[in-house]
Amino acid sequence: MLHRLLTAAALAALGAAFFAALDAPPPAATPLADAALARLPDSGVSSPVTAVLLNFRAYDTLLEVAVLLLALASVWALRIPAPPSPWPPASPVVATAARRLTPALLLIGAYLVWIGADAPGGAFQGGALLGASVVLLVVTGAAPPARPLPLRLALVAGLLVFALAGLAGPLLGRPYLTWPPSLAKPFILLVEVFATLSIALTLAALFVGVPPERPDPGAPR
Amino acid sequence: MTWPPFIDLLLATSLVAVAWAALAVRALFAAAVLFITFGLLLAIAWVRLAAPDVALAEAAIGAGLTGALLVDAIGRLAAADRER
Repeated sequence: MLHRLLTAAALAALGAAFFAALDAPPPAATPLADAALARLPDSGVSSPVTAVLLNFRAYDTLLEVAVLLLALASVWALRIPAPPSPWPPASPVVATAARRLTPALLLIGAYLVWIGADAPGGAFQGGALLGASVVLLVVTGAAPPARPLPLRLALVAGLLVFALAGLAGPLLGRPYLTWPPSLAKPFILLVEVFATLSIALTLAALFVGVPPERPDPGAPR
Repeated sequence: MTWPPFIDLLLATSLVAVAWAALAVRALFAAAVLFITFGLLLAIAWVRLAAPDVALAEAAIGAGLTGALLVDAIGRLAAADRER
């Protein structure tokens, strides 16, 4: 009995912590933060974190997207044998919950990407949530079988679009991976949308662990 | 709303305790659940450190996807054991 009361008290404290954490005080300013905040109006977004990730230090983010792709390539290169029947049929409760949750997860994921311009969020957070919803569909057997070529194109789209969009800088007489301030918002949005797609699918593909099978050459597509 | 210091202390000690429990517990499934708990507590810690972006990533990737991966791996291990 005491054990349960203690557990309940600990859970209540945890819940209070969740709500109180939402009112966290702003961080103390540092010289670097001041420098980033001073140029925030030129970044095309109003969230300092997104401004740093996708404008001031876009090169770091480009490499992060590349690292994620490299991780998936490495996992696929291990050639783990695909299990004959990877996931047992999900119980009706789980399957229904996954089906009902998917639209909400898609909406929240897209919201996180969009709100990333002004508040915490962005391509990685939105992509992770979308990736989790794909995993949910995969383990409940609701995901359609992936077609190798479209999947691979979607996996590299984030890195490809990011690297190509960066060429806009040199074309306009600026350094690589810098956006002209007047067009920064559209560029960041373009890069983020494709990065989100690739991040979501890469995380889901890392979860599955085996590349999709090539369709039989003789079989109709 | 102010944040009483003892909750920070509780958070920090819980993180270490849950991390230790996740490593020390013998049952694999319990270890996976403790790992997910650790991820959620760590997400709160990131919010406390005024890094909500990192908190979101930790909750989604650290607790969510990695937790699913661990639980899935345990399921596969159990299935492999049954076949043997």
